[in-house]
Amino acid sequence: MKEFIRNFANQFDDTDITEFESETKFRDLEEWSSLTALAILNMMGKKYNVTIKADEMKKANTIQELFNLLQSKM
Amino acid sequence: MNNPFTLFNKTILVTGASSGIGRSIAINCSQMGAKVIITGRNENRLQQTYIDLEGNGHEKVIADLTDLTQLKYMVVQLPKLDGVVSNAGIVKSLITQASEPKDVDDIFKINTFAPINLIQFLLQAKKLNRNASIVFISSISGVYCGAVGGSLYGSTKAAIDGFAKALALEVALRGIRVNTINPGMIDTNIFDDTSLSKEQFDEDVKNYPLKRYGKPGDVAYAAVYLLSDAAEWVTGSSLLIDGGYTLK
Repeated sequence: MKEFIRNFANQFDDTDITEFESETKFRDLEEWSSLTALAILNMMGKKYNVTIKADEMKKANTIQELFNLLQSKM
Repeated sequence: MNNPFTLFNKTILVTGASSGIGRSIAINCSQMGAKVIITGRNENRLQQTYIDLEGNGHEKVIADLTDLTQLKYMVVQLPKLDGVVSNAGIVKSLITQASEPKDVDDIFKINTFAPINLIQFLLQAKKLNRNASIVFISSISGVYCGAVGGSLYGSTKAAIDGFAKALALEVALRGIRVNTINPGMIDTNIFDDTSLSKEQFDEDVKNYPLKRYGKPGDVAYAAVYLLSDAAEWVTGSSLLIDGGYTLK
């Protein structure tokens, strides 16, 4: 999970790393956009070899929930 | 009545014919009287297209066009052609920051290198009749506009447009014509595995002045035109078919 948060945070350029915790609602982050969403999807494909569709990703609100979704597909 | 758009007596190769745009092009060409040779990687789906072709004398070839040995073997077996539709390709939505050298190799192999290699082999094996027509299925992406996550895809298509222009000059002496079709978003299952959500698609449709995504047929009819004698003075063109998307 720690590593996932680091990978998640790495897709952002201007948001401080301390803002990323397992319960962070990532869509509330100021830097969140369709581009960062695509970056996260690409990251999960690359680092974890898991393809998650944008529609599936919508079910997750926190980083933890997204991680759970990722793990369910690993 | 004389129909300038007929493909009667023409033999036409369509790559990537097992689904989507390629399938529609193959079927429409057969309906216009052509003898069609279809290629694809998936045997079952290619067979489905083959069954749906109208008329007789068509052929199908299971081949991975990125494999040079298979490509060369296929070209050698082909009869003389009056038309080639290079359609096989993939879409990958990948932002540049997340992409790696291997991603560049993979998409270029299928979308750019294989089509170029196909033409190289066809010319070397003298498989193109005089006045043949070559059609590349390109895209608006990379040629008329860009899309987030489409840097690699767009560059494969821009490369094809560039290739087509010089090729058109080289083969003009034999009356052979080379054109590209540059469609906007076409509703095919190629997009099933992209990272756009249903809402994003619905939102994106609003960017099309004609209020819908393209259908495979929209591209197929253009291909029929470019393959037919109706287009005998048309070469080196990039035919934009995008429902008005790039007007804005």
